[in-house]
Amino acid sequence: MTRRQIHLAAHFPGVNNTTVWTDPSAGSQIDFSSFEHFARTAERGFFDYLFLAEGLRLREHRGQLHDLDVAGRPNTLAILTALAAVTEHIGLVGTLNTTFNEPYELARQLGTLDLLSNGRAGWNAVTSSDAFHGANFRRGGYLDHADRYVRAAEFAALSKALWSSWRDDAIESDAENGIYLRADAIERVRHESRLFDVDAVFDVPRSPQGRPVIVQAGDSPDGRDFATQHADVIFSLHTAFDDAQQFYRDVKGRLAANGRDEDSLKILPAATFVLGDTADEARERSREIALAQVRPQTAITYLEQIWNRDLSGYDPDGPLPDLEPDTGVETAQGFAGRHAAIRARVGKLREQAAAEGLSIRELVIRLTATHTFVGTPEHVASEIDRYVQERATDGFTVVGHVTPHGLDEFTDRVVPLLQERGSFRRSYDEGATLHDLLGLPPVPSSAGVR
Amino acid sequence: MPDRIHLAVALDGAGWHPAAWREPTARPTELTSAAYWRALARTADGAGLVLATIEDALSLGGRSFEPDAETRRDRARGRLDAVLLASFLAPATRRIGLVPTATTTHPEPFHLATGLQTLDHVSRGRAGVRLVAGSTAQERRNFGRRTDGPAGLPASGRVEDDPALLAAFREAGEVADVIRRLADSWEDDAIVRDLESGRFLDRERVHNVEFEGEFFSITGASIVPRSPQGQPLITALAHQTVPYRFAAEHADLVFVTPADATAVGGILGELDGRDDLRVFADLLVLVEDSRAEAEAVWARLQERAPLTTDARVVVGTSADVVDEIRALAAAGVDGVRLRPARLPADLDAIADRVVPAAAAAGILLPDEGAPTLRERLGLPRLASRYARQEVGA
Repeated sequence: MTRRQIHLAAHFPGVNNTTVWTDPSAGSQIDFSSFEHFARTAERGFFDYLFLAEGLRLREHRGQLHDLDVAGRPNTLAILTALAAVTEHIGLVGTLNTTFNEPYELARQLGTLDLLSNGRAGWNAVTSSDAFHGANFRRGGYLDHADRYVRAAEFAALSKALWSSWRDDAIESDAENGIYLRADAIERVRHESRLFDVDAVFDVPRSPQGRPVIVQAGDSPDGRDFATQHADVIFSLHTAFDDAQQFYRDVKGRLAANGRDEDSLKILPAATFVLGDTADEARERSREIALAQVRPQTAITYLEQIWNRDLSGYDPDGPLPDLEPDTGVETAQGFAGRHAAIRARVGKLREQAAAEGLSIRELVIRLTATHTFVGTPEHVASEIDRYVQERATDGFTVVGHVTPHGLDEFTDRVVPLLQERGSFRRSYDEGATLHDLLGLPPVPSSAGVR
Repeated sequence: MPDRIHLAVALDGAGWHPAAWREPTARPTELTSAAYWRALARTADGAGLVLATIEDALSLGGRSFEPDAETRRDRARGRLDAVLLASFLAPATRRIGLVPTATTTHPEPFHLATGLQTLDHVSRGRAGVRLVAGSTAQERRNFGRRTDGPAGLPASGRVEDDPALLAAFREAGEVADVIRRLADSWEDDAIVRDLESGRFLDRERVHNVEFEGEFFSITGASIVPRSPQGQPLITALAHQTVPYRFAAEHADLVFVTPADATAVGGILGELDGRDDLRVFADLLVLVEDSRAEAEAVWARLQERAPLTTDARVVVGTSADVVDEIRALAAAGVDGVRLRPARLPADLDAIADRVVPAAAAAGILLPDEGAPTLRERLGLPRLASRYARQEVGA
């Protein structure tokens, strides 16, 4: 019996406290050389794709820019397209918002990335509707929260229609007779609804993979519905084995109702990792990294975001504040917290801290700096393989904690062991698209659907 | 000593002649491929040209107001987003400035600004943009958000006679303004990585732009830290009064289309001579080894699809092109942007014959290794406006 094959994505370190800028080896988060190193390392490790998050506004904390974590990053599409020029095989996937973009433009931008990379583009479609991010865009915070996924689903459907509007053989290029486009080369795309009124003729030819891969990350019921309808990959946060297995069964079980087969949607949860030559060494390193990820100020700031109060007088190594949270005004918008749940959240944190006897800092370490896989390379490789063989995931989105070298160790030490187990590719197939790498079914030919 | 100027090239599809794709030297099935564009950019870069512009539009028919632009089958069609294409070409080139076209009506100014800052990072200081005002009816249908907009040039041919076009230029001005503001929003030394205080960022050196205009508003700072040039090079193409005023107010460099060298003086007068505005004259060129050959090719092209253009057309040898460049240089422009009638053929001719001949004639400014595009053009690297305010306070 052939082993199930592992799929791996490489997440460029982001702008939160997972990324340790205080590490002596930490480099620039914005120089192209950092992105180039990260992408080449991921490609050397035969990853399926590189994954980049998106910034729409700098994070704020209590009305001021958040200054403790890495801040500042490139425009997602522009950096991915530049990386297409320095890589050959690896997929290039970016987070792009469906609220603060328009389908025609985003589809042509992703189409551009897809053509220039020879079919390696992917799109992590996310939604938002808050006025904080909207303040940087033409329409402001225009979208009702309830319409986020309505717009996202229509946006995805419209994008797919645009990407398939050019026949594969649209360009006839008959110089003698002066016929460039064949008859019916491009189908007009019409979409009229409460949210859109588009009557488009697309201007980007079809890519080698038909269309970019679509990734989805939201975990709400609406998000899961969107994923089972439109996504090719889910970037989930379900990493504990039993939870992951349950999520996997739930999502894959919904596919048949949408006329989709189980292999047409891959589930790749986020995973952090810490390696050591021995289990003890790995645990020690994990502890050191967690302390760097959650510095005393980080811990207080984290609670201030939830409490919405100045907690600078509290001892990070002491117990949780006995003060009640201020649920009046949201000030930490960049952290996407919603007031409604604040009180319940505080209650749960108090319970957890009391039950486990945790200080403020230790609690925040539990919450934000618990590493998914900690151990020897052999241990980490066997765990990853177990998740995949036992259908808890199809692989992982590996998150490094240092820019730009955070992936080097995984590529050098874990990937060869996954290959030895027969669960991970030893090379890229020449000309493989991102659809091919992920083992997704091919996108039907445009000419075939007419 | 003769006047010395820069040479630039304008890249678009199979070339600037609408029948160029039918020429035997054309590569009409590769117009949206990585290999095609990489080869064009490397040729232009290798030739030492100061910058390459890349055309763009947000509809299949381009910026044509022709009613059948979306349906006719005899023109090369299909394009790539120019800002992204420039980002792709940045790692493949060394010295050349990359100046994509961007329309200002539909895209989000914030995304455009951060895209250009990113282009500046990946090209290590070679980013520019050519801003285009206005939109066509099909562009508006493609987006489906705004029904207002120009229907084409008014009967008079003058922008100032059409309120919708005038509004489009005001909006383009706001876009230029926020591109610069967002580029300034992080001061050069905003990232401090201070282990002692635990601060990655000095929040006093990152500024919300708080821009409120007639057409849109943007509150926050950029998400992209300050790039090598500080601000990208902002350029515009101008044929008449309103665009001249737009360029004089908002651009670092303007492309103009004098009918011949004697028309340059009048245009410079209309631009109202800011010292730090660079003026490049456009020439549409078709180059062969002999005039007779060049004219034969031109006749074939024109018979297939007559070209109408505001730019001066030069059909001839490399020596003919050099003569034209010399005359423009003497008339006072800072550079000449060559629009190849055919790609790659006329770009190859520019690289292989026109540039060496112009250099031999002593009319080319040599590349002295200035670190950024702005500096190569003799433009200062501007301090962040927000940093200046602090000094003044």
